[in-house]
Amino acid sequence: MVKTGESTDVEERPKWDNKIQYLLTCIGFAVGLGNVWRFPYLCQIYGGGAFLIPYLIALVFEGLPLLYMELAIGQRLRKGSVGVWNSISPYLGGVGISCMLVSFLVGVFYNTILAWVLWYFFHSFQEPLPWSQCPLNVNHTGYNEECVASTPVNYFWYRETLDITADIGISDSPRWWMVICLATAWSVVYICLIRGIDTIGKAVYVTSTLPYLVLTIFLIRALTLPGATDGLIYLFTPDVSSLVNPQVWLDAATQIFFSLSVAFGGLIAFSSYNPEKNDCERDAVAVGVINSATSLYASIPIFAILGFKARSNYNTCLNQYVNVLVLTNHFEISDQNITVENYDHWLGYLNASFPDEVSSLKNIRTCNLQTFLDQSASGTGLAFIVFTEAVIEMPGSQVWAILFFIMLFSLGLSSMFGTIEGIVTPLIDLKVVPKQIPNELVTGTSVVCLISFLMALVFTLGSGNYWVEIFSSYVGSVPLLIIAVFEIVGVSYIYGMKRFGEDILFMTGRRPNIFWRACWTFISPLLLKGVLIAYVIVQAQKYPSYPAWNPDYEFFPQTQMKPYPNWVFAIIVLLCVLPVISIPLVALYRLILCGLQRKSSNVRPNPYVNDGYTGETA
Amino acid sequence: MLGKTLFLLCLASALSEPLCLKDTSDGYKVRISIKTALGDEAYEWNENEMFLFRATLAFAMRRYFNREDFNVSSILVCDETPRVSFWFVVVSPQNASQLIDKADVENAIRMSRHRINSAFLLTDSTLEFIGIPPTYAAPVNPATPPWLIVFGVVMGAVCAGIIGLLVSTVLKKKGLTEDENDEEEAQDKAVENGIACEDLDGVYNRAFPDDERLTKM
Repeated sequence: MVKTGESTDVEERPKWDNKIQYLLTCIGFAVGLGNVWRFPYLCQIYGGGAFLIPYLIALVFEGLPLLYMELAIGQRLRKGSVGVWNSISPYLGGVGISCMLVSFLVGVFYNTILAWVLWYFFHSFQEPLPWSQCPLNVNHTGYNEECVASTPVNYFWYRETLDITADIGISDSPRWWMVICLATAWSVVYICLIRGIDTIGKAVYVTSTLPYLVLTIFLIRALTLPGATDGLIYLFTPDVSSLVNPQVWLDAATQIFFSLSVAFGGLIAFSSYNPEKNDCERDAVAVGVINSATSLYASIPIFAILGFKARSNYNTCLNQYVNVLVLTNHFEISDQNITVENYDHWLGYLNASFPDEVSSLKNIRTCNLQTFLDQSASGTGLAFIVFTEAVIEMPGSQVWAILFFIMLFSLGLSSMFGTIEGIVTPLIDLKVVPKQIPNELVTGTSVVCLISFLMALVFTLGSGNYWVEIFSSYVGSVPLLIIAVFEIVGVSYIYGMKRFGEDILFMTGRRPNIFWRACWTFISPLLLKGVLIAYVIVQAQKYPSYPAWNPDYEFFPQTQMKPYPNWVFAIIVLLCVLPVISIPLVALYRLILCGLQRKSSNVRPNPYVNDGYTGETA
Repeated sequence: MLGKTLFLLCLASALSEPLCLKDTSDGYKVRISIKTALGDEAYEWNENEMFLFRATLAFAMRRYFNREDFNVSSILVCDETPRVSFWFVVVSPQNASQLIDKADVENAIRMSRHRINSAFLLTDSTLEFIGIPPTYAAPVNPATPPWLIVFGVVMGAVCAGIIGLLVSTVLKKKGLTEDENDEEEAQDKAVENGIACEDLDGVYNRAFPDDERLTKM
């Protein structure tokens, strides 16, 4: 077998210092924000423990084969994604370019989320926490009305952090505080990537291990909080009947897929720096299993804390102090005659004597623990609204807030490494940008970080959050699925399972067993195609709309569902199509080139065929 | 004479009745929660306390208008309930049938709110004037918001790191170019060996490429 496309660099390819760095980097790339704020939510809404069944099936038949494949081809062909796919087949060169484009678009919005995390982190040093109380209004006669109508936590997120507008069409101007947080986030990413895998390898010692430490601390603390068991029971109680719903299987498959960060090109880039004879099968299984285990491990403290929050909200509601006041004031009963203890007795008496008046009182609240437990959220809602509210109630809130946001930042940062490396490595291999320092001063990393930062300024506008939602729903989903389908079909059928098997034999010393071969050839491509089609159908069924934060909405503080305007819809379609358009374009281009070459005479010598030597090459 | 006085008094009292009404547009409702505020040390609300209240309000009006003609009789109270809540209106000391404007009453109360509260050992939330929101104390606003300080620390550290790494790269490159210059000079000098100088140039060996300044170690 011939090693195709070996570039004749003057310098060697950079190498990992040791295997631990490589594994930590891959794990850090795979373990990201989604493990903490998407998986527990899915577990909760899809019947708790029962969700693990489709999740694990998807891991074994979809996630691990894809992961193993990417690590293997990167390690064997020793190039970034563009070079790898050009080597596998010139017609598949577009897949590498797609990987790069998707990585770029995802990197731009993902780091904006990290900028938000940084903003909360900076504010966690304040005493008392700024999201625990409403600010006063202009003439100091009361609290700010928008804050009173919603909650202080919501107000801090929507007004003081994002300063969000009521509609995606209203852009307003960039928020200066967000711009400087964004600059900080990109500077941190840049300094960690400044010398390529030298600095990445050192940074991941911290960024990949810190989340586990913090999760353990939170676990210990959370389990001692009252109400923790409510949350855990609620999370893990299996409801096997939910498995009948096909949406559950679809969400499990997509969650595994996006969680493992395949099809970004970052994993290919990382494994290309490995020595050739490295057991990538063990690496792949390790990374995949650790990623899923982390999701499970993270969901325990998250839900314990959410249970605690539900319990304390319920207790506050039960305290009924507000209800006591309402009754006392309305019926002019002597002060402190109605107390929390005899409230029910009084309520019964008043209800019997003046039923009309009692039912007209709007401020009487009924309390139900289940409704508080159902107030779950995923994504930014979980981190910045629900969790921050829970942290206020915990004693020593600053410490917990600081720990939580540092953990989120490390999780996101290690994922950013893979995303940016997925862009920079192929560009360096193609010699489009200068190499990493210490060779050059202005490197590919600085160019990519600068351009991404400038593009991300869009997300600091008033409508920025709406755009981040668009990017995360549409860029980070369908294009990746399409790329993955092409990847697995390309390796299994175009590169050939026989050749791939021999490559693996060379690298690990044994051929892939029947399970891997069956997965790569039949099961995974079928699963992926099914997931892609189902996903597109589900998305296409409803006209896309978004939840807008509109203080003038009649049902405020509920968010108002608005449909996307046409021009936004056009941008969405563009975002889905643009990354993957390069696949057919490059294939077409090569076809035309090949056709033209065949038409002209074969004067150009083929550098791979040297007629000076007879006989076969091994 | 007596009859006339009686008649006038009755007329006066009859006329004053409609001035203070529940839900009147020129008065305010007061709600007092003594037990909530003082717990065990709560005093009982009686006529004397009401007298003190009227006197305090008269004081507030005096202070606001800077006149010394308001009296306890200028404050009319009605619709008392066991909650301890009641309505009051303020009449002008010159003309007993003319009410003082609601806005003036509000401003007067606002001005002396703290004194009124202190007279009864109560607070803004336990001595409520329905319709007159309390003025909250301005929150403590430090000159630099604390988050900017943390941001400055983090950004400063990161920038220092970036500049440090870039500078060390530049220095390394300068050091390398200096070494290369030294090597070239040594080659040009072509001595040391003591052998005849003409042969030191040697024959140029084309097997080795010329453009590699640095050989791999």
